[in-house]
Amino acid sequence: MNEKLIECSGLGKRYGAKRALDCVDLSVGRGRIIGLLGPNGSGKTTLIKILCGLLQPTSGKVAIAGEAIGAKSKAIISYLPDRTYFANWMNASDMFDVFEDFYADFDRKKAESMCKSLGIEPKEKLKTMSKGTKEKVQLVLVMSRKAQLYLLDEPIAGVDPAARDFILNTILTNYNQEGTVVISTHLIADIEPVLDEVIFLKEGKIMRHQSVDDIRSEEGKSVDALFREIFRAHPVEGGEF
Amino acid sequence: MDWKLTDDRPIWLQLSEQLARGIISGVYPPGSRLPSVRELAMQAGVNPNTMQRALAQLEQDGLAKAERTAGRIVTEDLQVLEKARLAEAKIKASEYLHGMEQLGYDKAQAVEMLKEETK
Repeated sequence: MNEKLIECSGLGKRYGAKRALDCVDLSVGRGRIIGLLGPNGSGKTTLIKILCGLLQPTSGKVAIAGEAIGAKSKAIISYLPDRTYFANWMNASDMFDVFEDFYADFDRKKAESMCKSLGIEPKEKLKTMSKGTKEKVQLVLVMSRKAQLYLLDEPIAGVDPAARDFILNTILTNYNQEGTVVISTHLIADIEPVLDEVIFLKEGKIMRHQSVDDIRSEEGKSVDALFREIFRAHPVEGGEF
Repeated sequence: MDWKLTDDRPIWLQLSEQLARGIISGVYPPGSRLPSVRELAMQAGVNPNTMQRALAQLEQDGLAKAERTAGRIVTEDLQVLEKARLAEAKIKASEYLHGMEQLGYDKAQAVEMLKEETK
């Protein structure tokens, strides 16, 4: 088994004149929970989409477990997109059917029991679900696969604090020693204790890639506080009333 | 166990201190088995790798020892436990003095007040 789950070198992505990712070098091992942090528009989603094979990089190389992006890499990646892609008329068990057909590693029993503990009715249609409930169902689907790499794009943004704890616990209990979880978010304080390491993205570049405890002992402050310091936006001064 | 994490210091360090406190105060009695890494990590809501590091520190301090097959056992060496308790007490005492100093009392006054309090 390849020790390096993700390897990128010189990775770049341009949308027209805009550089979304700029020369990203990244190497990620197994058995880690990693926070992908950065302000809006810093390239988090672009990076995740490239890893999933949804976007083609403009330059550079990517390998997942030593393989180029393709059918093999997709089989071992479980991806939670930042928006819902299921049809409104579907209910949770319809979606389980879809996942069962698509992914050999999907564990339906696990998904059903997770839904139960979250109080989600499997026959309720997506249409009548709240935003938070929809997010929970999708997370259940994604975490019920026995994948090697989980790429979670903003998994906790829309759910209430109790569900947030449940989700973090789900992530903690379900990931395995061979697997790695990458969580993109800007709600750092909530997830900081569960992270091994963090990647700070700023304007498409990696500013920092370090373990949480190293940052804390070097800086004497939490990752959340460091983030606020690095990315503080200064209000425009002046203006008369 | 109640877990409290502050922002300013490494998480593993805080976890190992709190585990040590749990051992000293008898939450985990001498000779008992500590919960598994995964269980403790879930309780505290932290990454298992971080908890692992905290437990390794406990082993290094001699407060717990790894059993070959089944997790970790709290030490029965009373000397080690007493030493850890004393270290913890010293911290509490210096915290008290520091707090009083911030309020503008010198050491003698602080001691005087402590006496007053225990009457």
